[in-house]
Amino acid sequence: MNKKRLTHLIFALGILFVLFTAPFAYAISEAYKENIYRVGTLKPVDSVLKVKVGDKAPDFTLPVISGEKFSLSQYRGKKNVVISFVPAAWTPVCSDQWPGYNIIKDVFDQNDATLLGITVDNIPTLFAWTNQMGKLWFPVLSDFWPHGAVAKKYGVLRSDGVSERALFVIDKKGIIRYIDVHDINKRPPLEDLVGALEKLKK
Amino acid sequence: MKKAVISLAMLIVLCLAFGFHTLAADKPPEKGGVLPVINLPIPKEPAEKAYLGLSGDGTFKIPQIKTNVVIIEIFSMYCPYCQKDAPGVNELYHRIEKDSDLKNRVKIIGIGAGNSPFEVGTYKKTYTVPFPLFSDKDFAIHKAYGEVRTPYFVVVKINDDGTHKIVHSQLGGYPGAEPFLQLVLESSGLK
Repeated sequence: MNKKRLTHLIFALGILFVLFTAPFAYAISEAYKENIYRVGTLKPVDSVLKVKVGDKAPDFTLPVISGEKFSLSQYRGKKNVVISFVPAAWTPVCSDQWPGYNIIKDVFDQNDATLLGITVDNIPTLFAWTNQMGKLWFPVLSDFWPHGAVAKKYGVLRSDGVSERALFVIDKKGIIRYIDVHDINKRPPLEDLVGALEKLKK
Repeated sequence: MKKAVISLAMLIVLCLAFGFHTLAADKPPEKGGVLPVINLPIPKEPAEKAYLGLSGDGTFKIPQIKTNVVIIEIFSMYCPYCQKDAPGVNELYHRIEKDSDLKNRVKIIGIGAGNSPFEVGTYKKTYTVPFPLFSDKDFAIHKAYGEVRTPYFVVVKINDDGTHKIVHSQLGGYPGAEPFLQLVLESSGLK
């Protein structure tokens, strides 16, 4: 083996070492006490998108915790919409995602946008879980039955029945302007979403 | 030249790989122990720099802060309890700053576990946090602190000879500014 190859091999091994030994990271809030189920590290993405930027966003109607139903189309012509799919209630990263959006209503307002949180959990589970987050200003929709139908429509339903950690930004005309199907093990950085919202104005 | 680039890349990768191992801790910092060695960037903001008694650029270690006691809050902008406690921790800062006796003896810093600088900035703005906050985007500090849940408070006493000791640590349960200040003063022997 020549020297150059050996160098490359060591380099590759170093990278693999980092990838496999870096523990998955999340900071769980004390708000959830010992109630967060540790899922371990999962396959980053486990579905194939069925929509793309520029497409008309598929409409849907889902129930929310308060008992009402919300449709995407009700915002047409009125507000930009951010859809935040998170995989499941009571799991590490998801539990510390929406509480962050909860303190930046002003950023959504400035960009004439609203937020819809969606998981495939049923309403009682979502009720108990989101109660730990304090009062949320945005509706939380249950895509429980038919199971994960909306997630499936967008192509973010994973093979084990939970959804991806995915963000969609839909403008007032109902057109998808931004998609981030994020590594399920990580929280999407806030600056990326805010950047996408600010781009809507241009 | 190419060789040099490859060597440098290798060095970086190896440093990263070993960094993860040496920094990761099994349990949170405990009373009687010392802090994990962490380098934080010296704040650019002159007021924050002055608050911590630091000068110049580059990095510093927590025991280099010019004071007797440092209160460290490990927080996250995504953590509901951190959000709820934020006004109370601000009150603690103002209570200390108004007390000419304590002003230069007790300092507070926050470390945003897994929070990007943008996210830390969002938290700072939302709650008008008056003390310096630092980003720990890749969870490196959080790992060194035993992956604590948030908010986590560590109180450190810094001795005149530059050594230091953890005199108190607690997960959540922030009791409000005045009771927490009393706890800090008693555990550090300032009272």
